[in-house]
Amino acid sequence: MDHIDMNRLKQGEINLGTSIMAVQFEGGVVIGADSRTTSGSYIANRVTDKLTFLHDRIYCCRSGSAADTQAIADIGHYSLQMQTQVIGAAPTVLTAAAIMEKMCYQNKDQLSAGIIVAGWDKKNGPSVYNIPLGGGLFRQPWAIGGSGSTYVYGYCDATYQEGWGKDETVNFVKNTLALAMSRDGSSGGCIRMCVITEDGVERMFIPGDQLPRFWEGKEILSDVTKKPLAAIAAVMDVAPMAVEV
Amino acid sequence: MATAAVYSSPGFDFSNEIRNNFLASKGIPLPKATSTGTTIVGCIFEDGIILGADTRATEGPIVADKNCEKIHYITESIRCCGAGTAADTEFVTNLISSNMEMHALTHNRKPRVVTAMTMLKQYLFRYQGHVGAALVLGGVDATGPNLFTIAPHGSTDKLPYVTMGSGSLAAMAVFESGWRKGMSREEALTLVKSAISAGIFNDLGSGSNVDACIITANNTEMLRNVEMPNERVQKERTYVFPKGTTAWKKEEVRKLVVQEEVRLVGEAMDTD
Repeated sequence: MDHIDMNRLKQGEINLGTSIMAVQFEGGVVIGADSRTTSGSYIANRVTDKLTFLHDRIYCCRSGSAADTQAIADIGHYSLQMQTQVIGAAPTVLTAAAIMEKMCYQNKDQLSAGIIVAGWDKKNGPSVYNIPLGGGLFRQPWAIGGSGSTYVYGYCDATYQEGWGKDETVNFVKNTLALAMSRDGSSGGCIRMCVITEDGVERMFIPGDQLPRFWEGKEILSDVTKKPLAAIAAVMDVAPMAVEV
Repeated sequence: MATAAVYSSPGFDFSNEIRNNFLASKGIPLPKATSTGTTIVGCIFEDGIILGADTRATEGPIVADKNCEKIHYITESIRCCGAGTAADTEFVTNLISSNMEMHALTHNRKPRVVTAMTMLKQYLFRYQGHVGAALVLGGVDATGPNLFTIAPHGSTDKLPYVTMGSGSLAAMAVFESGWRKGMSREEALTLVKSAISAGIFNDLGSGSNVDACIITANNTEMLRNVEMPNERVQKERTYVFPKGTTAWKKEEVRKLVVQEEVRLVGEAMDTD
């Protein structure tokens, strides 16, 4: 075994072919995920909750193997409860992310887990940490993950701006996920989001029939094919050989 | 892989699996396990949970058992349907049933469904999918009705209606079109029966009869073979031939019982 095949999944394993996202803003973070869990080509769960509780103000978004990420999140949840009892105060998001990263790195040979840890703490305020497939811990103002994320890096780069409020950030997450879900076959269903601030955690749910819609082809495609054709026809009447299509 | 010889990582040793794969590639496959190519379902209704299962167990293309029980006992108010490797579902449910009883005794409380779910998922995760049990776990506890699916690798889902096994697609189609929130006991039982029937009739791995189990806050009712759509009917012809059908040329009756005479030799033993 010369190198690790990162995209491997054990035979018949249940997969979170996923679109997940977390963005920080002035007073907190917005995290979001699609709701599809697949087993091969079968949708094992169409209303999955991939936004998983770690502590009062710390959540994680899970992507990769469902079994692996659930096991990691459960152990992370347990460790943070212990940590809280030891230090007598709520742990920081960095602490939570570091615990999760340690598990992902040390067991990288046996895991397929891409996790985003996000939340709010007294020391650093809102923060987002990305833990990609083989481990590693990166603080980012926004992070996207899962198979659907590759389709929307450009959109995020072009759209994200610093200094947004809650509503703008929620819209950004909602639109990004809707775009990712529309292009990625392993993502889909509904959008689940959480807004984590000092005051608490607010859950949001967008049903599959109320997702933001973008260009979908049909109506505009017919216009595109009609107008230029007429224009080309007009030119073609004059000098057919001069037309470049 | 030079480090492997000196350093053994923590956890289980899966080297036998590598050996088995090697042998399989050389043309010595593993013996076949009896699997429950199965339809199992569960659904939440008004005041509890109904679990359902078919009763066919298969060994490759052979039907190994035409009327097996796939709804396993965990506690009085928690039951578990098993699909996948029959031996694994049987043993894993037995083990967790045992541990749940101990748990109830040590804490002096009725144990919760999530407790069983957590025990099962942690056990299955530890074995990395080599314990091939796909389960539907349902029951009623202090928190109300609970329903979960547990996949062989240890991932769980919490849903109001679930299906598993090879017939899960047929059964899920029935649930997706027929399930409503807050169904009555009769409505839910009818739905579960038709979901299992869909598996029995449309999936080759499932067959025979329908088992169901209705769990409410203060009663658990096991309905063994609630529906028997595949009962053997009276044979149209009989194959018992009358005496004298075959002709014979001679008849000879021999005495097979050996007659023996036992005579006492020497003195009799003193038995006073």
